[in-house]
This record gives sequence, structure tokens and C-alpha cells, in this order.
Amino acid sequence: MGIEIRGVSKNFGDFVALQDIDLSIPSGQLTALLGPSGGGKSTLLRIIAGLESSDSGTIEIEGLDATGLPAQKRNVGFVFQHYAAFKHMTVEKNVAFGLEIRKKPKDEVRRRVAELLELVHLEQFSHRLPSQLSGGQRQRMALARALAIEPSVLLLDEPFGALDAKVRKELREWLRRLHDEVHVTTVFVTHDQEEALEVSDNLVVINEGRIEQIGTPDDLYDRPASEFVLSFLGPVTRLGNTLIRPHDIDITRYEHAATATGRITRWTRVGFEIRLEVTPDDVLHPDPVQVIVTRTEATALQLHEGAQVWLRPRAGAETVVS
Amino acid sequence: MASRLRQPRTAGTYGRRLLVVAYLFLLVIWPVALVVQKTFEGGLDNLQTALSDPVVTDALQLTVVVALWAVAINTVFGVGISLLLVRYDFPGRGVLSALIDLPLSVSPVVVGLALLLAYGGTNGTFGPALQDVGLQVAFATPGIVMATAFVSLPLVIREIVPVLHEIGTEQEQAATSLGAGPWQTFWRITLPSIKWALVYGVVLSLARALGEFGAVKIVSGNVAQQTQTATLVVEQKYQDFEQGSAYATSFLLALIAVAALVVVTILRPKDDTDGD
Repeated sequence: MGIEIRGVSKNFGDFVALQDIDLSIPSGQLTALLGPSGGGKSTLLRIIAGLESSDSGTIEIEGLDATGLPAQKRNVGFVFQHYAAFKHMTVEKNVAFGLEIRKKPKDEVRRRVAELLELVHLEQFSHRLPSQLSGGQRQRMALARALAIEPSVLLLDEPFGALDAKVRKELREWLRRLHDEVHVTTVFVTHDQEEALEVSDNLVVINEGRIEQIGTPDDLYDRPASEFVLSFLGPVTRLGNTLIRPHDIDITRYEHAATATGRITRWTRVGFEIRLEVTPDDVLHPDPVQVIVTRTEATALQLHEGAQVWLRPRAGAETVVS
Repeated sequence: MASRLRQPRTAGTYGRRLLVVAYLFLLVIWPVALVVQKTFEGGLDNLQTALSDPVVTDALQLTVVVALWAVAINTVFGVGISLLLVRYDFPGRGVLSALIDLPLSVSPVVVGLALLLAYGGTNGTFGPALQDVGLQVAFATPGIVMATAFVSLPLVIREIVPVLHEIGTEQEQAATSLGAGPWQTFWRITLPSIKWALVYGVVLSLARALGEFGAVKIVSGNVAQQTQTATLVVEQKYQDFEQGSAYATSFLLALIAVAALVVVTILRPKDDTDGD
């Protein structure tokens, strides 16, 4: 059940967008497709929705073979990055669209629209036009519109990509809570690893048309299957022969059994966090190592630019040998 | 409104404004005003004479019928061709797009002649065959409608195409994913989005269709009370020293066109903020 994708490939001319994708997306969960731009994740989402056709392979939605089915018959809710609001219709009419197409009785449409507007906190805006709403409000309207048809799956294509950072953060928490209430199988595409880690039950990392790794956010963060997954899920730096996250490095000003030693050559303060660059003395590994410490730690350790420091992985840190 | 400059007003500002107003006055306002003045020189006599002359009333009637047909045909095909040009990719798309501007660049007289060669009753290419099935094209209303439609074809398309480009396909895709079929998507999403461009294109076509002269003159045969349109009457009356009727008919033609433009300007929503 859920969504079963088997052997899906897609080329745009010479460009390979997707290469023999096999993927099971579990029912009732929130799954994120994460990857860099142009990696094929949006194409996969559009193929599931039927907005794009695949060159080969099959798509099954909740046990129903949807491969040859046109988009309008798939009963899929789709939310676009740029909202795709029907500009000439009021918020209410936008949300009612799918129900009116399905020729539902007027009372039922009115009741359902009112319910959904309440769910997305837009009750008082029902008679406004989309142009009179903020970006975040428009996207919530688009979400209500997609949910109105009681879709078997809800697909969101970079839903918060066009919003500013603060609204994006609010909406992503709100989406998580909404999903806990509605429980519809949801797939959303994002290139923002923080968003994917925070919101999703399941993560699928896609790069260059192939799936790199599938798992829970913790699985992927703690046990990355490849250098790509490790580096995509957060900042990484090279310490000796291993790749490690900059906040997993133990830094001191006193000599001890260390993996590397060198001077602090760069000092960038960002709020509570200090990003350091240490240039090792070891001529075999001359590349600067990134280290992240909190401001409090830096003060306690009496760190400053130009200081000689010793580095080693913290106990329990995840690393990938390369 | 961002396209307008806000600058301090200097002598240059007023100089430039004067130049524009003078240009418009000498080229458009003054000559047209003269027609109006001449029409009402003897009170309502000229209008009354013209409107009681069956040659004039029949011509006005024919002009309205022809214009309505031509506009109806151009609306349907204009929307169809615009969608084809913007939403689909096919070999020859560029050629089609260029061909659509042809009626604007070719002299209407040439258009009339071409139609006559194709549909002429006795020696046109298709004319005799059509006449055998009882359809006379040249020297009859169908021919006049064709000539008028041909000449005003680009006006609807050139208004709609940029708007179709601008609105993009996302709204249509959203409608599809919500269960709307192609026709429902067209009626509920695409058409309302291009509504004002379409109305504007239709009004421009209407104005153009009412005023068409060259192509119609050749195709119609210019037979009074049968195939003579209002513009042809104006020419004939003027040459026959019935200037009063000529002025009155010209005035009526201008009045319909201006009225249509004014109605659209009033109806068109002022606030064109888009929903991005």
C-alpha cells in the first residue's frame, strides 16, 4: 500500500532525470524527497501525480495501478512551489474547486470548505482574492484546496521554497502538526536538509536521478551510506582520513593524543555559534579543518585566532572513512 | 504603476507634453472633430437624410452583420490558435506565428484580390465548385465576412498570446490534479484568466472590422443595397456630391468604434495586481 514505484526512468533529451527508480512510500506517513536541485526529485513527484509521464516503469497508488491514468483521475492532492492559486477566484472558491468539479451538493461543499478553512486558519479570509493574501496564507489555501478532494496521497513540490525564512519555519512546524491530525500519505520535495530532518517520518535522498539512501531522519544522519548523504545532511569537514561533522570535533589548547594539530586561521561568529578554521601543521593533510564550537565553549577554552590547538573526534561521533 | 517615472516638473516636462498633445491634435483630434462638425452643420438634417436613405441603412446593417460574424469567427479561432502557439510545441510553430502577422503587413487590397482568385464564382479556384453546391462566396456576404475576418485575425491573437505566456501552466495543472478535464480547465481557469485580453482583442477586431475598406471593396462588388458596406457608402456618397450623408455615415461608424473602446476602458478592472 502507499505508493509503489517500480523501474521508473525519465529522460529529457540527453539528460537523464531519473534512472530505474524503485521506491515504496508507506501509507499514512510523511516522506521527504531530499536532494540537490536538478537531481530528479521534482520530476519523480510530478510522475506520481501524472503531471509528467515516465519513459518506463509503473506507479501504484494505494493498491491501484495509476501508470496509464491521467492526472485528473488519480485523486492526488498537489501543492506547487508558487501556489498556483486561481487568481480570479476567492479563497473559498479556490478551496471549493475540486468539490464543484465532482458535482457535490452545495450544502456539503459549503460545510467542507468551512471545515478546511478553519483547519488552515483562513476562516476570516474566505472572501478575499489570492492577491490580497501573503505568501504563507496563499500556500495554506493551496493546501486546503488540495485536501478538499480527500486525496489518496498529498504531494508537495518545494512547498515552502518561495517563502521567507521565518514563515518557512512556522509553516513547516504547522505542516507536521497538520499531518498528525489528518494522516494522509504525504510526500514532499525539498532541497533543505533541515526542513527534511525536522518534518519527515521517512527520508529519501535522491541525487543525479538515483536514490542514494532511504531511512528515518536519525538513520540517515547517524549512519549515512555514502559520502554524498553525509555531506548533504549537514556540514562536514575532513579530519585526518575521515569525514566528520564540524561540531563533533573536540578542540583544546593543551597537547594530547590528537588526530591533528594546527593554528586557528579563521574565526567567524554567527550568533551563539563560532565557526573556526584550523590549518593543520601536518604537511600530508594541509587542508583547513572546520570546527564549530559554542561561544561559551570558546570562552571557557580561551580560544582566539592564531592559537595553537589540538583536534580529535569527540566520543560517539559518526564518521565516514574515505 | 512602477513603469512611470516620478520626476520634478520642469519647463521640459510641459514642453514634451505640449508636443504630444499637438501631434495628437493635428493627426487625430482635429480631423475627426471636423467630421463631427460637418455632420451636425445643419442640425440633425444630415443624420436624418442619411438614416432615411435605404442605401445607407442597408449598408450599415450589412456592416454590422459582417463585423459580428468576422469577430465571432476571430474570437473562436483566435483563442484556439493562441493556445496552440503558446501551449504546444510542433514543427512549423515559428512559421505559423509569423503567418499570423501577415494580414497586418499585406495591403487589404491584395487580400481582396487573393480571395477573389480563390473563390471567384466563374474562374476562381474553389469558386465554381462552391457555387455548384449553392454557396456564393465572392460578391456576396460570405466573401465580405472572409475578407474582414482575414484582415482582423491578428488582433485577438496578439492580445491573448502574451497573457497566456504570463499566466503559465501551473494553474491549469492544479485544476487538472483537482479532477478537472480539459474543457472544465479551459472554461473555469484559462478563459477567465485571459478574459480581459480577449475582450480587448475583440473590441479592436470589431473596430477594425467596421472600418475595413480595401479588401471588402474588391471582394464585394460594391452593389448598393446588396453588397455595399458602410465604408463603401461613404466613398460613393462623397463622390456623388452627397457629402452630408457621407459625413453622417462616417460619424456613425466612428461612434460605434469609440463607444466600444470607452465601454471596455470603463469595464476593465483598474487594479491589475497579480497573485504571485
